[in-house]
Amino acid sequence: MASAPQVRTILRARGIGRRFAGVTALDGIDADIRAGEVLAIVGENGAGKSTLLKILSGVLAPSSGSLEEVDGHGHAHELRLRSVADAAQAGIALVHQELNLAENLDLAGAILLGREHHRFGWLDTRSMRAEAGRWLARVGLDLDPSTLCGSLPIAQRQLVEIAKALSANARILILDEPTSSLSARETERLLSMLDELRRSGVAVVYVSHHLDEVLAIADRALVLRDGRMAGTLDRSTMDRSTIERLMVGRDLPPVTVRPSLDDASTRLAVDGLISAHRRRRPVSLTVRRGEIVGLAGLVGAGRTELLEAIAGLGHASGSISLDGRPLTGTIAERVARGLAIVPEDRARHGLFTLDPVRTNISMAWLPRGAHAGLVDHAGEREVVGGMITRLRLRPTDPARRVQTLSGGNQQKTILGRWLAVEPSVLLLDEPTRGVDVGARHDIHEAVRAAAAAGCAVLFASSDLEEVLLLADRILVMHDGAIAGEFLREAATDVAIMSLATGGALEGAR
Amino acid sequence: MRKHWGLLGIFLVVCIVTALYGKNFLTAYNLMNLVQRTALFSILALGVGFVIGTGGIDLSLGSVVCLVGIAVPWLLIEHGWSPWTVVPVVLAGSALIGLAHGLLVTRLRLQPFLVTLCGLLLYRGIARWMTGDQSQGFQGEFAELRSIAVGRIPLPGLETFRLPATTIPLVVLAVIAALFLARTVWGRWLLATGSNEAAARYSGIPTARLVTGAYVACSLLAGLGGMLFIFDVGSAQPSDFGNFYELYAIAAAVLGGCSLRGGSVSVVGIVLGTATLQVLRNSINLLGLGSQLEFAVIGAVLLAGVAADELVRRWHAARLERRGAG
Repeated sequence: MASAPQVRTILRARGIGRRFAGVTALDGIDADIRAGEVLAIVGENGAGKSTLLKILSGVLAPSSGSLEEVDGHGHAHELRLRSVADAAQAGIALVHQELNLAENLDLAGAILLGREHHRFGWLDTRSMRAEAGRWLARVGLDLDPSTLCGSLPIAQRQLVEIAKALSANARILILDEPTSSLSARETERLLSMLDELRRSGVAVVYVSHHLDEVLAIADRALVLRDGRMAGTLDRSTMDRSTIERLMVGRDLPPVTVRPSLDDASTRLAVDGLISAHRRRRPVSLTVRRGEIVGLAGLVGAGRTELLEAIAGLGHASGSISLDGRPLTGTIAERVARGLAIVPEDRARHGLFTLDPVRTNISMAWLPRGAHAGLVDHAGEREVVGGMITRLRLRPTDPARRVQTLSGGNQQKTILGRWLAVEPSVLLLDEPTRGVDVGARHDIHEAVRAAAAAGCAVLFASSDLEEVLLLADRILVMHDGAIAGEFLREAATDVAIMSLATGGALEGAR
Repeated sequence: MRKHWGLLGIFLVVCIVTALYGKNFLTAYNLMNLVQRTALFSILALGVGFVIGTGGIDLSLGSVVCLVGIAVPWLLIEHGWSPWTVVPVVLAGSALIGLAHGLLVTRLRLQPFLVTLCGLLLYRGIARWMTGDQSQGFQGEFAELRSIAVGRIPLPGLETFRLPATTIPLVVLAVIAALFLARTVWGRWLLATGSNEAAARYSGIPTARLVTGAYVACSLLAGLGGMLFIFDVGSAQPSDFGNFYELYAIAAAVLGGCSLRGGSVSVVGIVLGTATLQVLRNSINLLGLGSQLEFAVIGAVLLAGVAADELVRRWHAARLERRGAG
């Protein structure tokens, strides 16, 4: 961890607030950003994290409060950031969630963009590559500076962004969800690189949904809730349950105890199903009435293809039956039989983003409430209202455009669309990706309630913690086939990971 | 209605300017003509509105107007068929054309622009070849049948202005279309398909059937329109009958607030958009601007309308963004 002497405050936020059109997004935020320290900013979606980052990086001006720069003698003077360029001048750099490196530039050109070396107006490529090479080495990248940015994998691009920020003399590095598209190993590398930067006296501000990363790297954590400070924790007070409690603002109730399923009958049976996965290996599985089965595995293991094949999306061979009767035909025909699917990519495959919550939720329910093809508007209001309450959807206004909701509430909207029709089989692909802790709890409880009502649930998740938390039984997929099966009590993350990466293990049956 | 204030404003301004500075705008004859043309073109625009609502486009409807419009007198006069056969046959034929478009778009997954562009060339070519490129007309016969389009219904209290009979099919169709979109499950699903087809499919909506249905409706209304148009004018040349009608219809729908991205259709907007375009054409004539300018003026108005709409949309979105951020 950081050695104490070099840690000192270099930027101080005092009572920062920001209002948008009369709505308070941020209010009374105090924070010390210290050289040689990692400060984590955590909070649910909509808690004000992005607004705070935008203020720190000069994108937005605060409506109240101020930023102060603290010099080596402890003297503070006010810092007014009017633009990102101002912030860069002050040594503050924001590494974006979406990476925006110019794809057609080489690494040297991208890192030194706007600060190109030149001689008599001609680019001095050799000296640029030499300098870029030093910065790449600093972030642990062993790459030729003449490589094109477009050819880099996402994990490396992020490191290049950091190199770019450092080359511009950044003393304060702000990272917004830096690991959202990284694998576990890449995340580990990034964290150890940040640790090195911290040792060398850089101040790191780290925003992440992943509490284990925060717990691993942060010296202090600033927890935001509804635009206000819910608390500041240091290493001695920082633990998962404290952070979660501060973020959510309520104690999450204990999860519902799962009933015994020993004598439950089979609802969904899949036999020799060959999906669109490139390996074309047959998959067989069953899900009983009231059972929740989790599909674990790495990205590309064939979980999405399996769920889509069951739903009738895309070509597949093999047999599927629901309550003993073959389930065939188009997805529309399968939905009419009681199948429901919550897709992985909610913006592309799930939501009508410009439409209100109301029509998004009632979409699948419409034919049930209809009389002679006419929409039952009163019934629709009732169903949608009930679903909003049941899923704790926020805001509660059914006329709100789905576009304006947080990820968790968008996910609840799609889930609500299906719960409204009381499906027999519920397929969920990554049910809580990009969803905050409170919404995740609500979604899990709603899934458990659906199962308790007799629904057979099959879900895929890359989040092992979620698989272990939600599933009664776990199927591990590897390379297009089912590699093993665990009952929840017998499953451990190590055992699952081993099967998912192609190993064999005892304990699987 | 709120979103049509802008269009209504343009419509009224054009009417007032023409009434003040043009000759004969407010005469009963001119107004009857305007209503007639608005009714006929609105029927075409309603059809294409459904297709646009699914996120598609139909460029072929002018040629369908031509093919059907030419086929009616051709079958009646040249081949001596009875009206009782001709009307169902041509309407069924237009529905089949729409079915073909719909299947090519949903099954073969061809782009709507391409499919209907080929249709545009194909149906006009067939109409010209079938008739030997000769003008077709009723030669003074079938007056009773033609009264569906040329008839004028006297209104109590009005001496000279009599309501064109074509307003009856328009009102019936507009009411059915509006009810369909706002009240029925299929209407809601049609718009959902237009706003996000993949999400609609994942929600269990039979998207292929709905899209096909929209093309059928569009061609069927084009066929009906073609029949009414030929009843109205009496005779026509296969080489120019219905030329550019698809563009008038699309322009009216877009002016009326239908997004070419799909997902939003307004029946009131479509009728108002058509009326605006027709008044505009009329006023170019009456103001003595020279009919050569007609397309240029319509193009400019359409561009201005769409640009204004886009700016308002962005401004609105930016406001939402500012409110919803955090």
